[in-house]
Amino acid sequence: MSEFLQQLINGLSLGAIYALIALGYTMVYGVLRFINFAHSDVFMVGAFIGYYAGEHLPRGTVLGGMASMGAAMLGCAVLGVVIERLVYRPLRGGPTLNVLITAIGVSLFLEYAGQLIFGATPRAFPDIFPSRVIEIRGLIISMNQVIVIAVSTVLMFALEFIVHRTKIGTAMRAVALNPKAALLVGINIDIVISFTFALGSALAGAGGVLYALNYPSIDPLMGVVPGLKAFVAAVLGGIGNIQGAALGALLLGLVETFVDGSRWSTYKDAIAFAILIAILLFRPAGLLGRVSAEKV
Amino acid sequence: MPKPLIALLLAIAAAFGVSHYSDHFDPYFLDVLTGVGINIILAVSLNLVNGYTGQFSLGHAGFMSVGAYGAAAITVLLGPRLLGEDGGSALQQGLLFLGALLAGGLGAATAGLAVGVPSLRLKGDYLALVTLGFGEIIRVVFQNVDALGGALGLNGIPAYTTVFWVYSVAALTVFTVVCLVRSTYGRGFIATHDDEVASESVGLNTTRYKIVAFVVSAFFAGVAGGLYAHFKLTITPTGFDFTKSIEIVVMVILGGMGNTPGVIMAAILLTVLPELLRSVDQYRMVLYSLLLIALMLVRPKGLFNFDYAAIAGRLQKRLKGARG
Repeated sequence: MSEFLQQLINGLSLGAIYALIALGYTMVYGVLRFINFAHSDVFMVGAFIGYYAGEHLPRGTVLGGMASMGAAMLGCAVLGVVIERLVYRPLRGGPTLNVLITAIGVSLFLEYAGQLIFGATPRAFPDIFPSRVIEIRGLIISMNQVIVIAVSTVLMFALEFIVHRTKIGTAMRAVALNPKAALLVGINIDIVISFTFALGSALAGAGGVLYALNYPSIDPLMGVVPGLKAFVAAVLGGIGNIQGAALGALLLGLVETFVDGSRWSTYKDAIAFAILIAILLFRPAGLLGRVSAEKV
Repeated sequence: MPKPLIALLLAIAAAFGVSHYSDHFDPYFLDVLTGVGINIILAVSLNLVNGYTGQFSLGHAGFMSVGAYGAAAITVLLGPRLLGEDGGSALQQGLLFLGALLAGGLGAATAGLAVGVPSLRLKGDYLALVTLGFGEIIRVVFQNVDALGGALGLNGIPAYTTVFWVYSVAALTVFTVVCLVRSTYGRGFIATHDDEVASESVGLNTTRYKIVAFVVSAFFAGVAGGLYAHFKLTITPTGFDFTKSIEIVVMVILGGMGNTPGVIMAAILLTVLPELLRSVDQYRMVLYSLLLIALMLVRPKGLFNFDYAAIAGRLQKRLKGARG
């Protein structure tokens, strides 16, 4: 029983990180209908900003850790907006394939430019938050896990608030529903899309720092695998659906952790893709997605 | 005899000629030449799916790995038993290699069918992801099969690949793809690419066209994998990852999707260029990615995709202008 609870906590903290990345995928897909392949590398850049900020800020304090994470979120938001402005905007309305290829190009560029700038060797992530281990009746919970779950819960509620209770959030939902109609009622689509990228990238930046805390080594290719899995989580929940992305991510985190603890652990990395294929076959709209008829 | 068939036979004869006198060439040159040939097979076969049929597969390296492991398993595990202790005659080795390549190709084609049937109902981004996911699953599976070396890879593969084999298969790939696309049946691929809804409304089974393109393309990728395995002599699951698929996709895009001569040129260029740029190897992928982005922004139809009619027209005008 205690082992089960232990795995549950591990799974939840992994799922929470996936959720932060998946939200960015799902929001961008919601407004632009394309997979932002570069998102997983924005996540990586977030971890590196957290690393460099952590070097200069006081370590082991909650305030210092929060400041490092804030820096990562801000940096990633700027990066996301710049990528959208320079690369995706000129292609908007173009064939989907071209946008997809460009997104892959941006992703590769960030990865390999990262290898040139940061170096390809993995490096240890500093303990920017106070490290402590809490033990309750044989359950071992690290301070990092508590921080991961707390921070991602706060961020997800903040996102929910922004999307449903603010003017710009309403505009985002309008653009996602029907870009042309949104334009007609006077919504500045460019600003809404920039804002969406900023929001999604900031979440990915926070996710990057939290991931680095729990898997304490970072390298320029670290984003690829969590990024793909987060995307699977977004599809699992129903792409374009914010609650769905969170739900899918938590499920995926749990499934992966339990598989990792079983005798099938070497197949852990294949599970996400098996889920992806299964969901696309049996329920392509995802768990919470609405099935929509394709218009010609 | 029809022209394409003559061209095919001539190409095979030329490959045999070069291979026969291979002792006279620099080994480094032959290595690069073999690499170019294998990449031509991969790029031209992927072009059938990504170019002519307009689907987007990111799992070509996965099919290649199925072929590589399949063919290598036959020559490494079955080979010694079939050929006996003395290794067999050249003919016997050749036949074994042919069988191994075919088996690898068929294995990859079966995998292509298994992936294609469920996933080809999906479009664009989703298909790209499923094929990518499939490539990753294959990699994880090979890492867990101990008989095939597991994560360490398979070693001691006999060096059967020669220029003759590579270029014969390359010629056969180009022949098959070009003839298939130009045939009455093959118009369906292009129709699927141009407008799926319109094609379906005139009664074309677009899903079937997509699957056929996928399976044929996977077959040649598998054969290319077999050639690759018997050229490098050692294969690891990580050698066939996402990056390898991307490399092939870049060749297709650079050459111009659905433009076989362009894709062949791109395959040659992108295999030779890294050899020339060995001193700045760490910048290679950065250059690749910038090239991809720039191409999509500036020349989305590919570097080698020229509008021949327009060029001819312009030339004629200029000639007339010079005369008048």
